[in-house]
Amino acid sequence: MTNGNPKKKKNHERRILICQGTGCISSKSNEIRKKFETEIVKAGIHEKVEVTFTGCHGFCAQGPLVFIKPEETLYCKVKVEDVEKIVESHIKKNEPVEDLFYEDPKTGKKIEKHNEIDFYAKQKRMILENCGHINPEDINEYLHIGGYSGLKKAFSMKPEEVIEAIKESGLRGRGGAGFPTGLKWGFCRNAPGKEKYVICNADEGDPGAFMDRSILEADPHSVLEGMIIGGYAIGASNGIIYVRSEYPLAVHRFRKTVEDAKELNFLGKNVLDSGFDFDVMIQEGAGAFVCGEETALMASIEGERGIPKPRPPFPATSGLWGKPTNINNVKSWAAAAWIFKNGVEEFKKVGVKTSTGTAVFSLTGKVKNSGLIEVPMGTTLREIIFGIGGGILDDKKFKAVQTGGPSGGCLPASKLDLGVDFETLQAEGSIMGSGGMVVADENTCMVDLARYFLAFTQKESCGKCTPCREGTLRALEILERITRGEADLSDLDDLEELCHVIKDTSLCALGQTAPNPILSTLKHFRHEYEEHITDLRCSARVCTELYTFVIDEEKCIKCGLCARICPVEAIMGSKETSFRIDCRLCTHCQMCYNRCPKDAIEKVSGKC
Amino acid sequence: MTSTEPHRLWDILKRYDSNPDALIQILNEIQKDEGYLPHITLKLLSSELDVPLSKIYGVLTFYEHFKLVKPGKIIITICMGTACFVKGSPALNTTVKNMLGIESGETTSDQLFTFERVACLGCCALAPVVQINGEIHGQMTPNKLQKLLTKIRKEEEKGEEK
Repeated sequence: MTNGNPKKKKNHERRILICQGTGCISSKSNEIRKKFETEIVKAGIHEKVEVTFTGCHGFCAQGPLVFIKPEETLYCKVKVEDVEKIVESHIKKNEPVEDLFYEDPKTGKKIEKHNEIDFYAKQKRMILENCGHINPEDINEYLHIGGYSGLKKAFSMKPEEVIEAIKESGLRGRGGAGFPTGLKWGFCRNAPGKEKYVICNADEGDPGAFMDRSILEADPHSVLEGMIIGGYAIGASNGIIYVRSEYPLAVHRFRKTVEDAKELNFLGKNVLDSGFDFDVMIQEGAGAFVCGEETALMASIEGERGIPKPRPPFPATSGLWGKPTNINNVKSWAAAAWIFKNGVEEFKKVGVKTSTGTAVFSLTGKVKNSGLIEVPMGTTLREIIFGIGGGILDDKKFKAVQTGGPSGGCLPASKLDLGVDFETLQAEGSIMGSGGMVVADENTCMVDLARYFLAFTQKESCGKCTPCREGTLRALEILERITRGEADLSDLDDLEELCHVIKDTSLCALGQTAPNPILSTLKHFRHEYEEHITDLRCSARVCTELYTFVIDEEKCIKCGLCARICPVEAIMGSKETSFRIDCRLCTHCQMCYNRCPKDAIEKVSGKC
Repeated sequence: MTSTEPHRLWDILKRYDSNPDALIQILNEIQKDEGYLPHITLKLLSSELDVPLSKIYGVLTFYEHFKLVKPGKIIITICMGTACFVKGSPALNTTVKNMLGIESGETTSDQLFTFERVACLGCCALAPVVQINGEIHGQMTPNKLQKLLTKIRKEEEKGEEK
């Protein structure tokens, strides 16, 4: 047992870091790494140049990413064929390869250094500071950048003082609800009972969100460090991390993290001679969204159906197996580690008064730079979407931004200057949520988006309480009727009333927040609902019953490609005469629309 | 892990001390091993853990992840996450339905393809995303997907001929 001491650091002149987050791996970054390794050995410079990998760098839209240190050069969209060029020119001759730099979409300028790119320059990375800069599977790298120093600091304090420090920092739960973390820890510490549990909630079920996964893949030790600090403060010797089974890489990396931490006595008996014992178990989920709710999550750990329980009793007094339990989100644990490493004051400096620190978002949808971002609380939506995100894809018109996933709401362009923090978003009918942020443009139908979210929550409703089980189903039926053009205007009033009943009477947060996507779109985009009902049109041309595909005869060159590729033979005609789409047979697969060489196929709103 | 190879179930049970609290973990492991949860294994599990079979079914049917039917050789999973949804995953759904003639959750009669949908794979920056036997294919279009599936089918047919 080496008691927390890392191995001696090797001093390489240069380091080549290849992003191996799930995003970059899917674009073959594994092969790129292998190629770098062979090329460096072939060139005989492997003593001087280290080839390693990192977790998600955040800029997934530009992946696979290759990062060269110490110059801080970022290469984007690298292919296996580019590796030789980078080694020959940059590594051997110090001449960076300009072709592979990031190109600013506004100016067309090539940018070499990663911190000069708007996407990174406008962020403030605290929780994500190590993501993309260290090898997540090497505990020594974490230790060399000051990892586990927060834990040592916490061990020099009394548990009560640790809780006071977290209270002082103003940290609020990053899972969505924003409950003050210090208070929560205090409740659990003061609850009677010897055996207590701390749980890390990594059941990131929100569609459109990948913050927790990226952190677990890129900087898992920070999460573990936070859990150990929490365990010490609360007096819990058992930690459990509940991870989605859809995240195999995160599970794999966290398993390695726990093993390595055990070896250096950050886990186990008498951690770092503090007299405190702590161990962590990894539990894989099985694909139920409701298990993100704390009481359902605990039922799932106990091997039961993941059905929420009424509170009180709160988990702090009677949680897992009836014992006092404290649950926090991945980002909350990582933030706790950050606070002890860098100090309470540093944390408080960032953000706004009621919401300190930063917010991590996965910025996706119709935005140019999608990826993982971190900004101070209070940053405006405009700065996030247009500053960091670079604006809307294909320079289309911004329509709405959706935060908080299926529990959140949609905000229109008029709300772009709002700052993101817990209170502001809630006041507008959305929520901060866990950090999903999806941008919608003029081609997104807001009625369909509300239907999409409700279909999700309806399916994921556990079925225990009637308002959620039956209410969401009835609301979904109304929404489906609207998207098919079979509703009337009184349906909107019924829908609104139903939403309020579900919100007021459901047992857990899943039901209580499920109507948010409908209520917020009804509030800000009511005209779209009315258009579907009275004009039988979907102007975004998304609701398949309310638009058709039509061939523009002037543009059509009668090549017949569309008729050949149509999988349902809905396109009739001949090269001699003309082609026509039978909207009754069309399944809206868009195959013809995407393949037409002359863009002669158009979407026309209106019923078939 | 059919009735002929119960020793693999014992291995899994041993790892979890035959603890009924670890039911979900055990089911996860069986499915990793076998691709689905065969009835015969569940019966065996019920007697080994001393948990009623009805309870085991009650738990496993609650979770989306568990399968009771043997999946096809190639599992096509379409991500229905928000980012994928706004970037066109519904059209990918239609493409698979048109090509294979099956709905989500079903397997083709030749046992080659199983079609599934997932709430989110967390690769939102690559949306829309399709996962084929664990491998992620980003920025999908109906045409790219059609080509990919045709290619897979051809390769499979070739493999069979050999």
